[in-house]
Parts: sequence; structure tokens; C-alpha cells
Amino acid sequence: MDLQKFILAVITTNPKKAPVASTVFHCDSKEEMDAITTNLEAILDGIAHALSDEIYIIVKH
Amino acid sequence: MTEYTYPIVLGIIIGTLTRLYMLRTDYRQYPTYLHGKIIHIALGFIAAGLGTLAVPSIMEENFTAVTFLTIAASQFREVRNMERNTLSEMDSSELVPRGRTYIEGIAIAFESRNYLVIFTSLLTTLAYLLSNIWGGIIVGAIAFFISKALMAGGKLSDIVDVEFIEPRFEGAGLYVDNIYIMNIGLPERKKEILRYGMGFILKPKNFDSRSTIANLGQRQAILHDVSTALGVYRDSGTPALVPLAKRDLDDGRVGVFVLPQERDEKRAIEIIGKVPILENAVRLPTKRKRKEEGK
Repeated sequence: MDLQKFILAVITTNPKKAPVASTVFHCDSKEEMDAITTNLEAILDGIAHALSDEIYIIVKH
Repeated sequence: MTEYTYPIVLGIIIGTLTRLYMLRTDYRQYPTYLHGKIIHIALGFIAAGLGTLAVPSIMEENFTAVTFLTIAASQFREVRNMERNTLSEMDSSELVPRGRTYIEGIAIAFESRNYLVIFTSLLTTLAYLLSNIWGGIIVGAIAFFISKALMAGGKLSDIVDVEFIEPRFEGAGLYVDNIYIMNIGLPERKKEILRYGMGFILKPKNFDSRSTIANLGQRQAILHDVSTALGVYRDSGTPALVPLAKRDLDDGRVGVFVLPQERDEKRAIEIIGKVPILENAVRLPTKRKRKEEGK
């Protein structure tokens, strides 16, 4: 089966909020989070969505 | 040379001309290439020949010869398959795909145009044989214009009002008017989207058109046509920059979000208005109501 929507990575500044069983990138600041997300978006060919100010997810659509 | 030579030649000429006329390449750029055109002109020529030859065979009381029209029918169904396959293959390499409904619409149009050519040729030859060359030409011209009228389908501007609206962000959510389009996380992407993005609201003119523009294929056709005509700010590896059309569930309006390279409000509205109404997307729920009421 082809996966239609899938969380490829999670980028967060708040480790408590990160989900289990997913690739999580912990960041120290919002700027670092933005930079990492920009890179990951291009590398993984997914879309970066913001769930809150503290947590981004990269989703393959 | 027989008495049928000139009528057949006239029928074939008028039939092929009809096909040529219906084979226009416009901003939608299809068929694009010379080879694609040659295929269709050749098939049009064959269709014209088949239509024309049916008349003398009947006149010679060779009735079984008419059965080759059935071969023609299966032949042109093949044309439809060919178009569908080619376009589906090509669709995967488009930045903004046409979508299956649009492809099916194009394929059906290609098949039906060949039938129009058959009828045009048949009527032309019949008229020539029954009267004279002028009769043939006049009937041919009438059939030509009827084909033209039958070919032209409806346009989106007939069923919706288009209005330009600047897209905006509420937190991470991208909105066109009050219609939610998608969630964009990165501030950098948001900037790009606000810089290049354009929003349009399609307001259905009646209840029937509401279902028509709700069709996903119809919406994809709008996005494809706008992106073809105005360019698209998008590349592989930038999946966030994607034109989308979403629906307002309350009143059936559709919010269209596009990323054209050329930000020209008026032209974009004009292009959306000229998007063909896809036959497969047309729904007429009000017809049923009227029937039930016994009108």
C-alpha cells in the first residue's frame, strides 16, 4: 500500500511535546528550529506544518 | 473516374477541413507537437473517407459496406484510449497536473470530433449526389458550423462569479477569504506565499453549478489552466508551494489559491472564466426536483 500522509520528522524546542516513535529533532531556539525545518523540508520533499510555535512536523502528502 | 469521384473528393476535403478547424492549439497547449497534430489530421482524413464512402455504397445497393462504419467506431474508441494513455503518462511530469477528469474530457472530445467529421463528410457527399456541387458545398458548410457549435462546450464564467482576494495567514493557516487552504509552518515559505500567491473566490450562480465546481477534477482543471497560462512558482522539492482549491462547506463557494509567476489579477480572472466546464463534472440536481414536482 502506498502511504498517502506520513509524518517524516518532528522538530521541536520543547522535548516534552515531542511524540514517541517518530524521528524528533530537538532544538534550542526558534531560529534553529526554522533552519533545521527548512533543510529537512527540502531533503525529505515534504511540507512543514506548524502545530504550535514549539513544534513543527514534516509531512509527506 | 466514376460519377462518384468528385462527390467523394468534396466530402473528404470538407471533412478534413472540419477536423483541421477543430484542431486548434491554444494557450492550453494541446496537442503541442507537429507529430501529435499529424496523427489527428490523418485520423480525421480517414474519418472523412469512411463517412464519404458510405453514401456511394448505399447508392450502389452494396448495403453490407456500411458495416465498416462499425469498424470506424471501434477505431475511434482506440483514439480515445490513445489520448487518455498519452495524457496520463505526461501528467506525472507536470508541475500542476491536469487531473483525470480533465484528461477524460479531452479524450472524449477527440473521439467525438472524429464522429462529427464522419457526419460532415457523409452529409456533404449525399447532398452533392442528390443535387449538385453547390448543394454539397452548402450542406458541407452548414454541417461545418453545426460541428463548430457542438464542439464548443460551456465555460466556467457561465456558472460562477470570480472575485480576486488577497490570501492571508492566521497563525500557520493559509486562508482565502474565510476558506482554509493549508497549514504552512516556515516563516520563509509564508513570505514567499504572500509574495507570489493569489486567491480567488468562485461563487456559484445557482445550485447546479455548486455541485459542478465541487468536483475535484473540475477544481484541478482550474489550477492547471491558470498555472499553464500564467506560469507557476513551484519546482520539484518545494511541495509546500502548491496551488490548491478548497470548498466552503456552508455555501459551496470555492477558494482557489494559485502561485502564478505573473501576478496579473485581470488576466487570471479571465483565464479562470475560460476554463472549460468538464462534462464529467456537470451535475443537475435541480432537474430531478423539477421532475418530481411534475413540471
